[in-house]
Amino acid sequence: MSINSNSKKIPLYKKINFPLVIGGFIVAIFLIMALFPGLITRFDPDAVDQTAMLKSPSTEHLFGTDNYGRDIFTRCVYATRIDLLIGVFAMLVPCIFGTLIGLYAGYYGGRLDMIIMRIFDIFMAFPYMVLAIAIVAITGAGLKALFISIWIVGWKEYARLIRSEVLVAKNAEYVQAAKVLGYSDNRIMFFTILPNVFSSALVYGASDIVMCMMSSAALSYLGLGVQPPTSEWGAIMAGGKNFFAQASWISTYPGLFLIISGLGFSLVGDGLSDMIRTKKR
Amino acid sequence: MDVLNYLIKRILQMIPVFLISTIIVFVLIRLIPGDPARVLLGERATQEAIEALHVKMGLDKSIFEQFIIFFRNLLKLDFGTSLAKKVPVSELLKSRLSCTALLTFVTVMITVIISFIFGYIAGMKKGSVADAIIRFFALFGLSAPQFWIGLVLLDIFALKMHLLPVSGWGSTPVEHLKSMILPGITGAVYVSGILIRNLRSNVIDISRADYVDFAESKGISPIRLSLFHVIRNALIPATTLLSLRIAVMMSGSVVLEKVFNLPGLGALLVDAITARDYAVVQGVVMMFVILVMLINLITDILYSILDPRVKLQ
Repeated sequence: MSINSNSKKIPLYKKINFPLVIGGFIVAIFLIMALFPGLITRFDPDAVDQTAMLKSPSTEHLFGTDNYGRDIFTRCVYATRIDLLIGVFAMLVPCIFGTLIGLYAGYYGGRLDMIIMRIFDIFMAFPYMVLAIAIVAITGAGLKALFISIWIVGWKEYARLIRSEVLVAKNAEYVQAAKVLGYSDNRIMFFTILPNVFSSALVYGASDIVMCMMSSAALSYLGLGVQPPTSEWGAIMAGGKNFFAQASWISTYPGLFLIISGLGFSLVGDGLSDMIRTKKR
Repeated sequence: MDVLNYLIKRILQMIPVFLISTIIVFVLIRLIPGDPARVLLGERATQEAIEALHVKMGLDKSIFEQFIIFFRNLLKLDFGTSLAKKVPVSELLKSRLSCTALLTFVTVMITVIISFIFGYIAGMKKGSVADAIIRFFALFGLSAPQFWIGLVLLDIFALKMHLLPVSGWGSTPVEHLKSMILPGITGAVYVSGILIRNLRSNVIDISRADYVDFAESKGISPIRLSLFHVIRNALIPATTLLSLRIAVMMSGSVVLEKVFNLPGLGALLVDAITARDYAVVQGVVMMFVILVMLINLITDILYSILDPRVKLQ
């Protein structure tokens, strides 16, 4: 991505595009669900109802009920808060650390860069789920294991992205100019280069939230992440494992929340990258 | 000769990565809280019994000596004995490897077929309805969790339509292959999403390149043009992307094996964690690392065959 090549200077708001609007709309709905779940559904997520066990989806219970008679739709709505928090928090930490590492590796190059590239190679050799499960062995199943495993694996994409952008940017004229002015390395890195390259990390971050939410749901589905009775989309789906033959809706319907929210964040990411990209495809 | 030199160099490069990976696995397993001997013998075991088992497991030696023993055994493909199942871990790995290998193979095949066809169509017919539909499904594949797609496919094709087996992988090769169809499709959806998007933009870029115009003006048939000029060049970045995603696919297989109840390495890993059978955990993690490194090596070689501009060095 070239820097400052956009000579016409179209204001950013004029570049707002269709995917961004749709994605933003979807994300907004999920934010409302996270903040005010009571507005969306009238049931209690944890209320056991023995008269309505394993009911299939109907207008009364949109997503059906589980083996305790709890309304699945309500549980999903209430789970939105924890799922969004996991997605954002799991993405934020590696985003910051990865960006810093990429910045230093790209700017200084040499031995530091070489060591970091070798660390990439080692991480590439560990499939994410395998590493995550090994971490679960140490910390025990739960949110802690979930965050640690996503953080340990997640930084390297940001580092790689930022590194390659910095490699280009550090030879750009404006950086050379900053050097001639005698600015310190740290000032150049954080105030001259970073604002110009951070957008790509941000765009990736939007789609990374989706990946974080999916891996958290997958780990919870395996019984290694968020533990029942806490409602989390993956954990709710795991709860239907033993009733899959009679009541497959317990495991399948909550996935819709995961997909639609994922689609929303992906669209926002796509829209942002179209907005920022100067070269047209 | 070139190829041989390259191979030797690549394998030499793999050695430090392999060494550090083994150290990581070794440390990870030692970080697990609790005394493995006590876990094995139960809470009421006597101190003498525990110490005797320590000696037997080599836990009385220094951590450095333990690593040397671990590493030496690793080179002999000896991963110790499963505490829960009382059989050598290497035997467990051997019996589970074929399932995971078949799953990965089927997944890669389906991915390649789906994404190369649809990526090419989307790129050539840019802006058409077909392009829009393909792009939408690619995005959908990226946003849908794998295990969920697996569950939905199971629900439709196995439970409701009775076309394919619900779980397990049968006992004959035909049954094995049949039970791989749903997990294979499931595994392919995500990576296809990435590959289709990548191929589409490659095809768009390449079909505008000068050498394609030149070939066209020479009067080359459209089929020849797309096969040898557009597709071949569009495949190169896609292959790299595919090889980078192999580790992701292996990750996916851990979950898929649990969803479809397949007797693979991933399912073994999850079960071993639940049973606190750490010798098996160590063995499976090591096995995955070795597999990913091997696959990366193979794709690197394929890459250089596909793209003659890549110098084998």
